[in-house]
Formats: sequence, C-alpha cells, structure tokens
Amino acid sequence: MDLKDIIKPENLVYKRTKVLTDNVMHYCPGCSHGTVHKLIAEVIEEMDIQDKTIGISPVGCAVFAYNYMHIDWQQAAHGRAPALATATKRLYPDKYIFTYQGDGDLASIGTAEIMHACNRGENIVVIFINNAIYGMTGGQMAPTTLLGMVTSTTPYGRQADINGYPLKITELIAQLEGTCYVTRQSVQNAAAARKTKKAIRKAFENSKQMKGTSFVEVVSSCSSGWKLTPTQANEWMEENMFPFYPLGDLKDI
Amino acid sequence: MAEKVLKKGNEVIALGAIHCGCDGYFGYPITPQSEVMETLMEEKPWETTGMVVLQAESEIASVNMVYGGACCGKKVMTSSSSPGLSLMCEGLSYLAGSELPCVLVNVVRGGPGLGTIQPSQGDYFQAVKGGGHGDYKIIVLAPFSAQEMYDFVGTGFDLAFQYRMPVMILTDGMIGQMMEKVELRPQQPRLSDNEIAKRYGSWATTGKTPDRKGNTVTSLALDPKVHETLNHRLQAKYREIEEKEVRFETLYCKDAEYLLVAYGSMARICESTVESARAQGLKVGLLRPITLFPFPVKEIQRLMPQLKGILSVELSTGQMVEDIRLSVEGKIPVDFYGRLGGVIPTPEEVLEVCMSHYIK
Repeated sequence: MDLKDIIKPENLVYKRTKVLTDNVMHYCPGCSHGTVHKLIAEVIEEMDIQDKTIGISPVGCAVFAYNYMHIDWQQAAHGRAPALATATKRLYPDKYIFTYQGDGDLASIGTAEIMHACNRGENIVVIFINNAIYGMTGGQMAPTTLLGMVTSTTPYGRQADINGYPLKITELIAQLEGTCYVTRQSVQNAAAARKTKKAIRKAFENSKQMKGTSFVEVVSSCSSGWKLTPTQANEWMEENMFPFYPLGDLKDI
Repeated sequence: MAEKVLKKGNEVIALGAIHCGCDGYFGYPITPQSEVMETLMEEKPWETTGMVVLQAESEIASVNMVYGGACCGKKVMTSSSSPGLSLMCEGLSYLAGSELPCVLVNVVRGGPGLGTIQPSQGDYFQAVKGGGHGDYKIIVLAPFSAQEMYDFVGTGFDLAFQYRMPVMILTDGMIGQMMEKVELRPQQPRLSDNEIAKRYGSWATTGKTPDRKGNTVTSLALDPKVHETLNHRLQAKYREIEEKEVRFETLYCKDAEYLLVAYGSMARICESTVESARAQGLKVGLLRPITLFPFPVKEIQRLMPQLKGILSVELSTGQMVEDIRLSVEGKIPVDFYGRLGGVIPTPEEVLEVCMSHYIK
C-alpha cells in the first residue's frame, strides 16, 4: 500500500488547526506552553474568531507566542499585558482580547495590573501559566515557587522567613467582583488538556457575553527549570504542585 | 466665528483631545495636571465622539494602556507630571522601539524626587535625551500659552502618526494652571474602525482581516542584524525629523547682539525682558524653541555671526543650555540663568542678569 492510499480525507483522525503557524516552537521538551497554545488556537478556530482575536504576549518564555498563531499580537512590557488588553478591549469592544502570562509576569511584577484589570471587570480572557519558576531567565524563584523548592536564587530551597510564601494569586483574583470565571487547570495528559480547552472556550464565550474577566490558570511544568525529565516533571507537578494549587473552578458565574 | 473660551492650560488639553478626534485617554491623578482628566470626565466625550476615558491604577498602567491603544492604530494619549513621567519612561522606550504613535503630556513640576508641585523645566533632559532606556528620540513640543496647549494636541497626533512615534507636550505647572483666552476649533470626527484598518492595516492590531497576515507589534528583535537595522531605521527617521520639523519663534532677532533662548513659560517672561531691553535701546533678541527635539540648531548657527553672547533662561539648573552650547560649538559665549522651586524670575531680573553677563 502506498502513502497516497493512506492519506485520504476519510482516514483523517487529527488535523492541526489552521490558526497555528508552521513555525517550530522554541519551547523545551515537556513544556506546557506548546499544548496551551494549541488549545487556544483550536478554540479560536472552533469559534471562528481568528479575525476578531488580538493576543497580548508577555515577557518570559511565551514572549514569542506571536510566532505561533495567525492572529494579531501585541507584545507587552513585563507584567503589563492586562493594561494593554484593557485599552484594546475598550477601543475594540467587539473583538476578543486575551493576555497570555507566566507567573513572574502576572503574579510578581504585574500584580497591580492584573488585580485592577480583573477588579474593573475588563471583558478580557487571561491565560495564566503557573510553573512556579522563571523559565526564560534561567530558573529563578517565582512568586509561586513552593516552599523548599530549589531554584537558582533559592539554591537551598525557598524559605518562608527569607523569601516569603508562595502566592495563591488565583484565589485572590476569585475574590474580585469583576471576575466572572476563575479556574485552575493543567495539561499534563489528554484528559486534563481536554478540560483546559473547555475552560478556555468558556472564557472566550464569557468575553462575547461581556460578563467580566475570565481567568484560566494552567498549572504547568518546566522540566528545564525544575531540572527533571518531562515525565519526572509531570509526576513532580502532580505530587507537589496540585496539593498546593488544587485544580478546579474557583468561581463560575 | 470660532468659539472662544477662558480656560486653564490643563483644561484645554482635554478639549484639544476631544476636538481633534482622539480615541482614548488613560491617566492617573497627579498635581499639577489633574484638571486634564477631570475635564475629560466632566465633558463625557464617550457620549458624543465615542472617545474612551479611563482612570488607570498607576502611571505605569496608563502608559501601557496607551501602548495597547496605539497598537490598535487609535489616537491615544496620557498626561502626567514629573514623577509620573519617570514611571512611564519604560513604556515610552517600548512605544519608541515599537514605533507607535501617541501623545504624552508632561506638566512639569520641580524635582528631584517628590520635589515640589510648583512649575519647573527640570525634565528637559528626560524629555529630549531619552528618559527611558535605549537609543530613541521622541518629538517634544513646548507650548507657551493655553492656546498652544490646545492646538498642540492635534499637532502632536499629526506628527505622531506621520512618523509613527511618540510625541510629548512638555509644559509646566504655570502654563497648565494659567487661564487664558483660547479659540476652539471645529470638532474633527474620529476615524472609524474600517478606516483605521485600511490606513494602518500594514502594522496595527485591528484584528487580522482575511486579506493580510497577522500583525505583531513588538520592540523585541533578538537577531543582531535585525536589531541593528531597526535602530538604523529609527535614527534615519530622527535625522529626517531634524531636517523637516524644527519649529521656533524669534522676537527682535534681526539686529540682535545678545540672544535670550527660552521655551514655554520662561519664553513668556523673556518676551517682556526683550521688550524692556529694546525700550532702553539694548539689542537683545529672543529665540523660542517650539520643538525641543528637534532643536533649532541651524537657527542658532545662522544668528551666531551677529551675536556677542547667548543667555539660556530656564526653570532648572541648566539643561537646554547644553544643546545651545553644542549648537555654537564654543564659538561664542553661552551663559545660563535659572531659578528653582517654583520661583519665576521677573523680566527685569532676567534683563539685569543679561546686562551683568554681557552688556555691562
């Protein structure tokens, strides 16, 4: 049997969404970014909103998110994506605006911007990748780094008396009147990825209905930063991250 | 006949924004410029022109909202005063690096630090030499009346979109708080989303229309060659602006032997100084730079052969004087006089200094 006999429309079981570009992703093996990018791209295609979606990329590993999706992108200064998104949504109320931010970007330097954008109830979608570490700069402590976790700036493990406590920013965000949907998901296996995709879809639907801010945290792995293999990283995440950052909806109005 | 109003400089910044078809203002309160946002909130332009007005959580957020709005191809602006502008400098560098059009107003107060809420011209270096990181320039307009405060908002947007770069209106608490008669212009319509997509579709994030690829607005270029090319392109643009966009006014310069150089509020004082000097038969003239970048280097050089000396008069410890000295390249004496802390020198005081320095 020839290859051309196999490649037929009726045999197609999976097709990459046209919203993703052909660019080879720069992410490390085992990184969650690629999976989350794909889920967002699929939601954009399924909702047929490619021409109406504007993404805001952060500073961090996902700064180059704009290389991977055929949509309009703005690249924000570190932490400021929610400010860009605020203005963009208010100036283009009929467009879908999402920010894509890591834990250093969103929960450390950009704390003010995310809290106030959510508190104003900006009709935007926030995708929050929490891997408890600064990936791009080489594995330093993040606001969400767990106690005892070794990073390049906590070489003896994070200690509360020196470094303070890991920040559960998603719990804080859920308290804000402006948010309509706050959820914590993960993408370490197919079932988890399916749930995350549903959450992202709901977030974009909320934006259409002008219900307020939708906030989707994805507890993610960083095998390079954690110095683990991709498989070990997923296991470590399930054992250590999930107990402290429990999955599920925190708010759904 | 055009409508005339008696208003503060800060208030007519707001009216200028609405009337020139501005799409969005994002600001944070700080003395002495809070009347800009207060006036906008009172005017409620979202009910008339559809302009968005938003009080942000900080100056950092304001300037980044401006960044987002500018990415959209919309006419967006902010205003602040010195400490607020310091906070905006990172954003300003990003705006310049991403080649985004916008208008920023700095109603300068005295520094360093929290300083004073009184007028100052101590932010000349920050505005003209950069402020933020990296090799960039912005066009800096220095109004000296409420009328120019009003007019320069529209002028600023025209220049910002012509060259795709930020334009700053550099003024101070004196011009911002001073009430003057201002002639208003007819309301300009805002551009529709379709017009914006058509005009700025080559770069703006208007939503990817089917006929084009996705646009990305970024200042990031990790490839050394790409980054070097970007910087050369920016510099070429700045050189073009130095050739084409220099604006200034002169008073009694034709036969002047002594030249006062002053901008903004100090130019108002120096106008009176020159008048009284002339009444005494002294050949004193005034050069008022209206654009601080680009600086009127050629005009100073043109006047140089007839001059015995130049006095830079500023509400600072001497900042613009450095650009004058660079212009004359040591060929004639250039001196400086300035007051601080909100002390505004009188016209007589300036003349006395001018005489003691040069005329004797």
